[in-house]
Amino acid sequence: MNLALRDIRHNLGRFLLTCLGLGLLLGVALAMVGIYGGVVEEALSLARGLRADLWVVEGGSRGPFAEASRIPGDVREAVARLPGVTPAGSLTFQTVEARHAGGPGGNEPPSEELVRERAGEAGRQRIGAVLRLQVVGYEPDRPGGPPGILQGRGIGRGRLEMVLDRSAGVPLGAMVEMANIRYRVVGFSTRTVSTGGDPLAWITLRDSQDLQFRLNPPAARRAQQGGGGALPQDTVNAVIARISPHADPAAVAAEIRRWKHFAALTAAEQEQVLTRSVVDRARKQLGLFTTVLLLVSAVIVALIIYTLTMDKMREIATLKLIGAPDATIVALVMQQAMLLGAVSFAGGAALLLAVKDNFPRRVVLGPEEVAGFGLLVFVICLVASLLGVRYALRVEPAQALGG
Amino acid sequence: MSPLVELQGIAKGFGEGEARVQALSDITLSVAAGEVVGLRGPSGSGKSTLLNLVACILEPDEGVLRLADETVWQGRWAKADLRALRRRAIGFIFQFHNLLPFLDATDNVALAMTLNDVPLAKARDRARALLDYLQIGKRAGAMPAKLSGGEAQRVAIARALANQPHIILADEPTAALDSERAQVVMDLLRRVAREQAAAVLVVTHDDKIFSRFDRLVSLRDGRIEGEMRPG
Ligand SMILES: Nc1ncnc2c1ncn2[C@@H]1O[C@H](COP(=O)(O)OP(=O)(O)OP(=O)(O)O)[C@@H](O)[C@H]1O
Ligand SMILES: [Mg+2]
Repeated sequence: MNLALRDIRHNLGRFLLTCLGLGLLLGVALAMVGIYGGVVEEALSLARGLRADLWVVEGGSRGPFAEASRIPGDVREAVARLPGVTPAGSLTFQTVEARHAGGPGGNEPPSEELVRERAGEAGRQRIGAVLRLQVVGYEPDRPGGPPGILQGRGIGRGRLEMVLDRSAGVPLGAMVEMANIRYRVVGFSTRTVSTGGDPLAWITLRDSQDLQFRLNPPAARRAQQGGGGALPQDTVNAVIARISPHADPAAVAAEIRRWKHFAALTAAEQEQVLTRSVVDRARKQLGLFTTVLLLVSAVIVALIIYTLTMDKMREIATLKLIGAPDATIVALVMQQAMLLGAVSFAGGAALLLAVKDNFPRRVVLGPEEVAGFGLLVFVICLVASLLGVRYALRVEPAQALGG
Repeated sequence: MSPLVELQGIAKGFGEGEARVQALSDITLSVAAGEVVGLRGPSGSGKSTLLNLVACILEPDEGVLRLADETVWQGRWAKADLRALRRRAIGFIFQFHNLLPFLDATDNVALAMTLNDVPLAKARDRARALLDYLQIGKRAGAMPAKLSGGEAQRVAIARALANQPHIILADEPTAALDSERAQVVMDLLRRVAREQAAAVLVVTHDDKIFSRFDRLVSLRDGRIEGEMRPG
């Protein structure tokens, strides 16, 4: 005969109400874990989306995401010649304030009609809206392009084309203006955002170098005077390489490190750098919230179980009177704590999983996170019930006597 | 045959200093197997205290307490697991019935048996039989809150008898019953005393049942005032 269950059934309404409250609290704590997962996934999505086995960057730098990195574009050829490297590609990265510059139709400023016509369309951004984009310049047919095309096509050899993340909210075929140059959105990439959460835009390497020059003319001119070239100097931020499955990326990286002025990071090292620089802060913030919420949950569970046990003082004394051993009494208290935790956790987790796609922030929760969190709740309930257990063990059988 | 319950020079007080109440002094009393002994006296004379001492719920201050030929208290508890003693050897009917509010009548009785490792199904069968015998079989599925005082008292009696204990202690078991049912309860206690060779000690105010005791012990101000044999 399970006394814990029978007692709960006797006070079912109160128990469920308690579970509802605790469930909401645990749901919020679990949401924090999920938001952290989302931050990690977004932070790594760009590096992962580019599917680089190796990153070649400026010597002494942990670029191009965590630190600045500028290297000559011709490094790509040298990297490509290394044994084990299949293709290699030059990349630039810059965060740009862009403007949604109208629908399909070319470079003329959008007419009032067009503005009205396009306002409610697929794209959520109104014409003229300012967008923050992470612009990636890459060499078409080489590594570094968008990880996939959801809609439309990739950029061809033609200039001034752009593949954009759909989350930017600009419709396909529309124009995006950066530094007074307009680019046509020819395709949507599969979902990829920068480490800062900005939508990604891919343009050709040449367009991007042009853009770099226009956005920062003095620096580019100085470089030009030094180099003496007529065109913007061929500078990139990183060269990425794919490594053949038969070669060891770490060995290739070691080879590159022997060249002067260059650093090389394997994919794993790059993710580590990103995790440290971007994710650690989020981990600290969200970790703090989660810890506080779990502590609050623990205190609440402890108080609930303590109160539940105190309310049963007479029954516990009676059990002792009729000779129930301590094990029976400890089981009564602990099983109720476990049940409270289990029902609340299941309720909170179910609620969160049901609403997480409508969350303002990306929530990424795998079965491991949910199970780990469940285990934590279990331990919390176990520890929190000790207060109630201590009380129950101290009840004297004589307390059952008298009216 | 040596008595199942044996008290020698037992004393018990409550509180300290000015507030000290000497509830019992120099109590020497024994109850043999098969014997039904009544305990009477004015309110506050120490009847419940005496019963609780025998049940090992309260600790004596002085004297010797022996149950079933074993010393239980002499200067200190002589047995480690008093609860095991209670659940195996003692059936206790409380002055206030003390049923568990979250179990129905049957399971309140069956619980006492499952604590002694009787399988639940068997415990429930026996619980129902006991409730039938006490004429509350119809209320076997009711929760304690839905029972009248007399019904609850009879469920508590069934629980006390469930493990066929050798020592049965009852604090005013018939207080909430009409005289006909009070007689049924007394008949049952007498039968249990005979059939199980149990020692039965009953606190009572109820003069209608005085004649059903083998002996009646009177308490006054914590001392045994006298003893009589109604038969
Ligand atoms: N836990 C306690 N703390 C202090 N005093 C107590 C306690 N229990 C009993 N007493 C006192 O001991 C004396 C005997 O009480 P007891 O309950 O044994 O009387 P009783 O004969 O059972 O009375 P009643 O017929 O009213 O049930 C009383 O004076 C009572 O106030
Ligand atoms: Mg009393």
